[in-house]
Amino acid sequence: MVKVAHVQLCSCCGCLVSLADTYEKLLDVLNSIELVYCQTLADAREIPECDIALVEGSVCLDDHHSLEVAQEVRKKAKIVVALGACAATGGVTRYCKGNQLSKPVHSSFSPLTEVIKVDLAIPGCPPSPEAIVGVITAALNGDMEYLQPYAELAEKGSEACGCDVIYKVVNKSLCMGCGTCAAACPTRAIEMLDGRPNVLKELCIKCGACSVQCPRIRFPELIEKIE
Amino acid sequence: MRWNRMNPFGSYKKVVSARSTLKEVLKKAQDGGIVSTAFIYGLENNLLDGVIVADNAGEFKAVPKVATTPEEVLEAAGTKYTVCPNISVLKSAVREYGCEKIGVVGTPCQVRAVRKLMKYPVGFRHVPDKIALIIGIFCMENFPYYGLKLIVEEHCGVKMEDVVKMDIGKGKFWVYTRWGETKAIKLKETHPYEQIACHVCTDYTAELADISTGSVGSPDGWSTVFIRTAKGEEIFNKMVEDGYLEVKPIEEVKPGLGLVEKLALQKKEKNMKEIEHRKELGLPIPY
Repeated sequence: MVKVAHVQLCSCCGCLVSLADTYEKLLDVLNSIELVYCQTLADAREIPECDIALVEGSVCLDDHHSLEVAQEVRKKAKIVVALGACAATGGVTRYCKGNQLSKPVHSSFSPLTEVIKVDLAIPGCPPSPEAIVGVITAALNGDMEYLQPYAELAEKGSEACGCDVIYKVVNKSLCMGCGTCAAACPTRAIEMLDGRPNVLKELCIKCGACSVQCPRIRFPELIEKIE
Repeated sequence: MRWNRMNPFGSYKKVVSARSTLKEVLKKAQDGGIVSTAFIYGLENNLLDGVIVADNAGEFKAVPKVATTPEEVLEAAGTKYTVCPNISVLKSAVREYGCEKIGVVGTPCQVRAVRKLMKYPVGFRHVPDKIALIIGIFCMENFPYYGLKLIVEEHCGVKMEDVVKMDIGKGKFWVYTRWGETKAIKLKETHPYEQIACHVCTDYTAELADISTGSVGSPDGWSTVFIRTAKGEEIFNKMVEDGYLEVKPIEEVKPGLGLVEKLALQKKEKNMKEIEHRKELGLPIPY
């Protein structure tokens, strides 16, 4: 049995809801794993040794508990997965600046990927249930080829923004106007104007979905196998 | 992007020349009406409940649209030689329209985008399992709208509002007006107006679609059709059995598959060079 832990840092629990949103696929996955830690669903108080830790939320650097949990999960888990935008790219917590009751000093939030070494990152707010199941299944099967894009995001993808599709695609003469970024955006911060993305920065929550879905930045070879 | 230079078409089960038997489709279709017929057939027989098409917003401006009736499919028939972000409405087909069996038509790059989001659906919750049919259209390159407008108005000397059909074939760009006139210019004259991002694309026949179709290889009024996947084969065979399509072996038509191969390899070779050039300059390319 593969031991899986779900760890929640500074987040909304929507990533866990997204995991549960896989319906019968979740049951398939649960047949091959043992959920050893998940404060929302189980009673274990201490993070045990585990194979995969799904960590959602960013880390509040002004809260020693938050930092300690992040470091502990790195020690206890063989594979650490940054689950969702807050853990992977900072997401909406990029906009936190403190000065609110009851902890006005809690002002600095960093994505998990910038605090500890993370093995895989699944961006998105929320990350889609299908993406989560895809990653867990591939991790169980040791399918490193499938996981490669998620591994790259864990290593160097923490600074996400709607501007990515401008800087990395439109400005680089790669955008052919397919509109995938606009559909991927959870806040409709991207509209297509004259066949190009126009990013409404006030609406962007820095989740990374647009640039991760863009077929003109990354197009893994395995996609070319169709049946 | 890794393409086999020796493989011009990608994988496929069967390739034929075909055309619709639906009169109303043939009246409006670019070539053999394969896309419109497949979508109408799908909607009428509950194989599809919504299809994403490129609608004509007037004067050949293209807008993506979720069509749920055969009438809407017909309205969108015909090629618009300009960028249409079809994938931008894919999620709204699932959410606002509540579609569960979606058909998507797109250029090769759009088909690739759909395959990617099916395999890596980071921002596409509950979308991948609802994509029922992907139809790809052959594509050599595309034009931004004002590029197209310049070609038609400055080079062909025709006002956009008077155009009823455009076509690329036999080395020329053709414009047909509502007054019955035909204007044509050499394709070479249109090159300066091509979308430059098309120059890193080495997919001519929409290699990742369930079914791909295009005019090249078949006579006027007919389409060349690649049936690539089990899903594509199933729906194509049903359409033929139910009398929606006329089919001829590709070997019996002119100019035939040789011309498709020639153009596909031309595109691959030319754009592989551009990819290498960009690499030398230190510019990013899709990987």
